[in-house]
Amino acid sequence: MSISTYGHVNEQELKNHATKERRILLGLTYPAVFCVITVMVIPVAWLFYLSFIGSDGNFSLEHYQRMLDSKSYARIFLMTFKVSLLTTVICICIGYPLAYFLSQLPARVANICMLSVLLPFWTSLLVRTYSWLVLLQRKGIINQAGMDMGFWDEPLKLVHNLSGTLIGMVHIMLPFLILPLYASMKSIPQDYMKASSNLGATPTQSFWQVFFPLSLPGLMAGSLIVFILSLGFFVTPAILGGGKVIMVAMQITNNIELFYDWGAASALGVVLLVMTFGILFIASKLVRLDNVLGGGH
Amino acid sequence: MSTTNGLPISISGITKRYGNLYALDNIDLEIKQGEFLTLLGPSGSGKTTLLMALAGFTRPDHGSIKFGDEEIILKAPHQRGVGMMFQNYALFPHMNVSQNISYPLRLRKVNKTEIAERVNQALETVQLTGFGDRGINQLSGGQRQRVALARAIVFGPRILLMDEPLSALDKNLREKMQIELRHLHEELGMTTVYVTHDQREALTMSDRIVVINNGKLMQCATPLDLYDYPANKFVAEFIGESAFLKVDHQGDGIYFDGQKLVVETLPKKQKDLLLMVRPERLMVMVDGQNTKDMNIFNVTVSEIVYQGETKMIYVILDDGVSMSMRLSTRSGQPQNQIDKGDKIKLVLHKSDTTVVVDGGY
Repeated sequence: MSISTYGHVNEQELKNHATKERRILLGLTYPAVFCVITVMVIPVAWLFYLSFIGSDGNFSLEHYQRMLDSKSYARIFLMTFKVSLLTTVICICIGYPLAYFLSQLPARVANICMLSVLLPFWTSLLVRTYSWLVLLQRKGIINQAGMDMGFWDEPLKLVHNLSGTLIGMVHIMLPFLILPLYASMKSIPQDYMKASSNLGATPTQSFWQVFFPLSLPGLMAGSLIVFILSLGFFVTPAILGGGKVIMVAMQITNNIELFYDWGAASALGVVLLVMTFGILFIASKLVRLDNVLGGGH
Repeated sequence: MSTTNGLPISISGITKRYGNLYALDNIDLEIKQGEFLTLLGPSGSGKTTLLMALAGFTRPDHGSIKFGDEEIILKAPHQRGVGMMFQNYALFPHMNVSQNISYPLRLRKVNKTEIAERVNQALETVQLTGFGDRGINQLSGGQRQRVALARAIVFGPRILLMDEPLSALDKNLREKMQIELRHLHEELGMTTVYVTHDQREALTMSDRIVVINNGKLMQCATPLDLYDYPANKFVAEFIGESAFLKVDHQGDGIYFDGQKLVVETLPKKQKDLLLMVRPERLMVMVDGQNTKDMNIFNVTVSEIVYQGETKMIYVILDDGVSMSMRLSTRSGQPQNQIDKGDKIKLVLHKSDTTVVVDGGY
């Protein structure tokens, strides 16, 4: 026990303890901060810098100028947004009813069903995409079965086009929608639905007036995750799109692998990044962002 | 709010089984028009299941429930028109106070001016005038409770169901709300079914109390009858404190440890009888006391526990059975002299000498 300069018993010592504890806690973030800086901040900053360097090695806006001039770039961005939007909409149409169904099941059954949603999630993305190729191609299982049973006579063009891309992407993105949506639906107490029906609402009215509005944050969170992940998607459109569906990420690869043009590739990346942030910003005005980033309430 | 006349409720043969477990076992119950009836029982007794069956959220296996003359057992919850207060209030978080209260009116397509009028009236009834624009999350527990009440009565239901609505409030607020709910019930006159596991709350609020255990109806009686003349040991133990002394029924009377007791009425049953001794009904025998109509017990004081307004004197009877006596802590009484280890005589008046049947579990 000692009298500190503040004049109270042990005051200084207790303060020192508190400071020490805070430092130790802060220390836990160092590995993560280090990783983020080396693999995220520095490379992105470097690419950002590269995008402003012309072919002559001086500062120039030529990469951005080219994007504005060339119609093909506009088409690529349009396609990227179209694929992402369609993927999101289809995911909602399939995912919302499924998440609702899961949320109404007793916990044990729901967990087993959830596993079946998550299982593909744990399988390699490449494996899943190639599986779709096997299933969907001209002489694939689906076309064979369809023709054998007489649903259609000619093989359907299910793959190497937009529909193939969408099938693959929806399959891969669905868990990203269902997980936050399911969590938000689970957090809606059953009593709300009971209360509304007690007050005179039919089941349909209860759903649209009580359940649906309360599930919106989860729906927005899931949709946003799906949409933003889709914007930067590469593997699935590359394999299932058959060259007909060119998205920004694929164009970036082309710029590097075919033309070895880091500047142009970086500029594309920067534009995509800025657009993504723009969408996040608009979305954050519509729904509280911590629902997306924090995954809950 | 227009004064609504309550509807009588007639429950007969209601049974609900979960596997081999009877949540409700052949319940028959007549609830009178405008009555405040409390379903009381330990958790898992079936009291909430019965309330949920009235509201339509639990589908019984068989039986009949009538509101007035109308059979409602096959009706969906939204067709029953009963008001209900949920344990956690179940206020919609995406609606403000007014929107919550007006919700049942909007569903009933009441016109806008009337909605505004009735919402204001409801807010006034629950003393929340001016709170209409508040969000649910801005309210305290007591205020939420009032909003839930306003929402449950705003559409003028003739039956009001309440599922432990006060259990989340602290003690002082709870006691205040008990009185308020009681007054509101008198004012509006709707038949009220109230579920609680708190025996004191049940005694305070109810016209009649139904004690339920293991899905069976144990007793339905006024608070006074329930406390003084419990149907069995379970009810006696659940309502209030008491010691139980084994007694024999032999021909002409009731005997405890060879001593014949003076009682008001002899029980019909011959076996498994217990003398119920409420701690506050025992008295210390003083010199020269008239012991006519009194039963006398010789005891040894084993412990004295001070509890503020009263103190508990724990005593052991000559045959080793223990019981307790509650005394006021007022000064200047002869019984204040009692010390641990003293041998004293206790008396119990004839009308407090209640014999109950063992059982009810």
